[in-house]
Amino acid sequence: MNTLRLWRLLVVARIRAQWQYRASFVIDTIASFATSSLDFLAVLAIFTHLHTLGGWSVHQVAFLYGAGGIGFAMADLFVSNLEQTSQLVRTGQFDVMLIRPAGTLTQVIAGDVSLRSVGKATQASLVLVYALSGAAIHWTVGRALMMLAIVACGALIFSAVWIAGSCIVFLTVDGDEATNAITYGGNFFAQYPLDVFGPWLRRLLGFVVPTAFVAYFPALYVLGKPMPFGLPGWVRFASPLVAAVALGVATAVWHIAVRHYRSTGS
Amino acid sequence: MSGSDDDTAVVMARDLTKHFTVRRRAGRVRRDRVTVEAVAGVTFAVPRGTIVGYVGPNGAGKSTTVKMLTGILVPSGGEVRVAGLEPSRRRIELARRIGVVFGQRSQLWWDLPLADSFELARHLYAVPRSRHAARLTECVDLLEMAPFLQTPVRQLSLGQRMRGEIAIALLHDPEVLFLDEPTIGLDVVSKAKVRAFLADLNALHGTTIVLTTHDLGDIERLCSRLLIIDHGRTIFDGALNDLRDRFEPNRTLVVDLAAPQPALRIEGAQVVRVDGARQWLRFDRRTTTAADLVARVAVAADLVDLTVEEPDIEDVVARIYRDGSAAF
Ligand SMILES: Nc1ncnc2c1ncn2[C@@H]1O[C@H](COP(=O)(O)OP(=O)(O)OP(=O)(O)O)[C@@H](O)[C@H]1O
Ligand SMILES: [Mg+2]
Repeated sequence: MNTLRLWRLLVVARIRAQWQYRASFVIDTIASFATSSLDFLAVLAIFTHLHTLGGWSVHQVAFLYGAGGIGFAMADLFVSNLEQTSQLVRTGQFDVMLIRPAGTLTQVIAGDVSLRSVGKATQASLVLVYALSGAAIHWTVGRALMMLAIVACGALIFSAVWIAGSCIVFLTVDGDEATNAITYGGNFFAQYPLDVFGPWLRRLLGFVVPTAFVAYFPALYVLGKPMPFGLPGWVRFASPLVAAVALGVATAVWHIAVRHYRSTGS
Repeated sequence: MSGSDDDTAVVMARDLTKHFTVRRRAGRVRRDRVTVEAVAGVTFAVPRGTIVGYVGPNGAGKSTTVKMLTGILVPSGGEVRVAGLEPSRRRIELARRIGVVFGQRSQLWWDLPLADSFELARHLYAVPRSRHAARLTECVDLLEMAPFLQTPVRQLSLGQRMRGEIAIALLHDPEVLFLDEPTIGLDVVSKAKVRAFLADLNALHGTTIVLTTHDLGDIERLCSRLLIIDHGRTIFDGALNDLRDRFEPNRTLVVDLAAPQPALRIEGAQVVRVDGARQWLRFDRRTTTAADLVARVAVAADLVDLTVEEPDIEDVVARIYRDGSAAF
């Protein structure tokens, strides 16, 4: 059975099981919208004192925030059930995934979809509309296509980060905190221009947890900004490649981590 | 059991080991790394179509062995083959050919009706619709699941859920069925149902069954072969009767005499109990046969009735657990 069909099958089963709790879905969605709105107010607050942040105007930063945020919300929608990995591993319920004729990663991801991330996606889209209204973008076909790429690559890169981050729980039972730091931290850093961070953090975000490729580099192209730090121009177009590599590395790490799964004594 | 029947063996383990490194508290904050040898070199082969009981005291390494056989855990050393495959490397392929039931874990979808779990399993295992339907009908009938098929799993009683767990492990018609404590917590009626079902499954479909249990009733009812493990090592591998012969050669002859008498003095036997006209004589079946003994008793007293008691398997196994491999 192919991965996509399996995913659909399990997700439908899950949604059917959760249907009885549909009132909480509405509440969760509104809460998700509200908390991420507060999050953006914090960004705006910075601009009450400054005109630019690392050379970026408020609309440009809003562009990063909105475009990256949509990507994050999409990743959240599809793969956030990876948060359950630590629970599955600690209780030994992961055993059950290993005795079914299907990939473990697919099974964990398909364990749930986080419909509440619709709230986050809506908020990020509104921020993006605000950004586009004031960023004075010189539109071309290439730039429009790049907008789509930002969302798609953002979703893939965040998913990869999420997958790789979840692997920690196979190695140590108290890996939750580290995993959360990587996934939510990745989203936080993707919302700010790379220029504001020190060189050490810049390298981390460029090469290790590659969230700079979610919005920052492609945004340089869409917004028509010069290349910083003496980087070559093609870096602005490297996001699809980075997304593919990140996803490949993350799934490979996952498979290695699963071989270290220890189950539980009872 | 030897290397020569490995060709027909559907489950095979050779020098299989698994150790876990755990951190133990040593002092206030300091933690020491300790290695636990959960399985310390187990070798066995299970021929196709047999039912094997895998028993041992708590912490002996039974579940750990089953997890290595089913591809859940990667062995630390040694070799495993199930249906000709190396479980941890060919996990997905293997999963289509084996069934697994854990008394302590659920494979069913908690919030959905039982029937929905069976339907999901059909898709997961890609079983053709007609074959699935036939198999499901068989399981529902034999395990008497019809009354609660539409009940959400979370509302099922333990016994009902266990029957569901067994059914879902069998819908894809596996060659080998592994069960880790399938009768844990079941009442006598449910236990009997499960045992009868497994016996039928083996007889009708030729399914090989490997079963861990603490209930020796499961073993007596089902298993032609017994593996006893302790501290990660096999301490017995053979038929149930061999176990009795090897570890408990004594039998008891119970005789009813015509009238109460003082304890008989019979060569080759010892009276261990007298109750009115009834006497219990213990003898070693390796040196004395029951027939000889009966003849001698008939000479010495007026014999009305007699029975020969086999040693209780619980007692035998309890002694083995207590003495460990020293009894070997
Ligand atoms: N995931 C694990 N991490 C650390 N130690 C483990 C783990 N699983 C099992 N052990 C240890 O390995 C040994 C064997 O455990 P196992 O669960 O295989 O025993 P068992 O024979 O199934 O016992 P029981 O009859 O109690 O179920 C025990 O000492 C146990 O503490
Ligand atoms: Mg066990």
